[in-house]
Amino acid sequence: MTTWTTVDEVASMIPDGSALALIRDGCGVAMSATRALIRRGVRDLRLVNVPTGGIQTDLLIGAGCVAELETSGVSLGEYGPAGRFAQAVTSGTLTLKEATCPAIHAGLQAAEKGAPFLPLRGVLGSDILRFRPDWRVINNPLNDAAEDPVVVIPAITPDIALFHCAMADDAGNVWVGRERDLITMAHAARQTLVTVERRYPGNLFDDAALAAGTLSSFYVTAVAPAAEGCKPLGFTGHYGEDEDALRAYAKASRRDAEFATYLAAYATAPAAV
Amino acid sequence: MTNFNRHELLIATMARLLIGTRHIAVGVSSPIPASAALLTRHQSNGATRVSILGDPSNTFWSDGGKELFDCAAQGRIDAFFFSGGQIDGAGNINLVGIGDYPRSTVRFGGSYGSAFLYYMIPRIILFRPDHDPRVLVPKVDFISAAGTSPPGVWRRGGPYALVTGKAVFHFDSNEGRFTLQSVHPGETLPDIQATTGFAFDVAPDLSETESPDATTLSLIRGSVGREIAATYPKFARESLGIAA
Repeated sequence: MTTWTTVDEVASMIPDGSALALIRDGCGVAMSATRALIRRGVRDLRLVNVPTGGIQTDLLIGAGCVAELETSGVSLGEYGPAGRFAQAVTSGTLTLKEATCPAIHAGLQAAEKGAPFLPLRGVLGSDILRFRPDWRVINNPLNDAAEDPVVVIPAITPDIALFHCAMADDAGNVWVGRERDLITMAHAARQTLVTVERRYPGNLFDDAALAAGTLSSFYVTAVAPAAEGCKPLGFTGHYGEDEDALRAYAKASRRDAEFATYLAAYATAPAAV
Repeated sequence: MTNFNRHELLIATMARLLIGTRHIAVGVSSPIPASAALLTRHQSNGATRVSILGDPSNTFWSDGGKELFDCAAQGRIDAFFFSGGQIDGAGNINLVGIGDYPRSTVRFGGSYGSAFLYYMIPRIILFRPDHDPRVLVPKVDFISAAGTSPPGVWRRGGPYALVTGKAVFHFDSNEGRFTLQSVHPGETLPDIQATTGFAFDVAPDLSETESPDATTLSLIRGSVGREIAATYPKFARESLGIAA
């Protein structure tokens, strides 16, 4: 049974040390909940970017909340490099599990199938493989005729998937629309926490058109309302990004002192929710 | 002879490398490659399909971010673009960082889909507007995606050409080397040799990069510019003269 709750309660449901799956920019990044997580002082998160990260990942790293990161890339897009991420990597304070986008999708898909791994073509010859002892190369067992090396990606089972959507109904069914990666994340994770723009009156499964883009409450532990919950990022189809705020963040992320000021004034201020 | 700027030259040049493709995909933060893809679509009278990540009017995907990779894996994408913090003479690209990984001295964003897409898409165009020996290096510090594979490794795709602000190189996947094919107007072979950190071959028929003709320029400044303005308004305004 899904609980309707508050953003702060959602943050309190993410224990220190959790493996936390986060969606890429534009597709429902739960920024309100991220600020609540930082306010509650979460520590030692093991982030899984699906499959890439932006301001959310950078902010959590800068706020000292992250022990480990699995990612295919972290950047602030057209606003430039993710400063806290780069600082943490070059100073060696972050354990990094370097990946490539389809490998993260494959790992989550393996988990949702209850399979130990999925095979993935390509990747051979990349230095990513050298630094991922958990990724193995096997010979294609179905090819009896020839050597045919193929990479296998172990299942990725996050403790928690956290994302933002347009709406959820009273029962806790969540409308993800065409953002189908959110469904894969929820299937793969042990628990799913969702923030939404608004509450949908009725049941999403009663409308065939909406039902096709709906994640069942079966997978959802808790839902919380958070209007403009992706800001300062945009939310495709709903609102654009706050360019001034993202520019200011990009600048602050490049210097320790500036970032500390930013964090104190913005991310940790309750009024910024 | 019509005047054109460097961006217009690069757009027209990359569009020539895309002739005959059925489906071109373009990643984020890539206004010049996206413009080249849209120009190809116009020049093919719509026969070439273009998918631009981040532009809802130019993407058909409805199965999440994984659909791009699934399409590529099935051979449904013929061309794509990568940049590279470093690119070496064997076609290896580094999108991870400078120095001894994992303690890089400079960290880039990450490999994104490159390690996979480099195997799947036949015409990968490497694009770096700044032609710089710190970028075009003898050997990359980290291989995000390998330029070639040993015999027997399944592979459909890889680097096809390298386009910089100075020149066009073609890549020979059998030799694992670049060949300088054309030099942009105003650039010289000695200068390109001095600013390229890796060894390369020079085509016997080395030429000047073809200038865009009047028809091409009017397309770039017209239909292509208006279409690209939806995703890249600043680029369309400043580089192609499209009013907001």
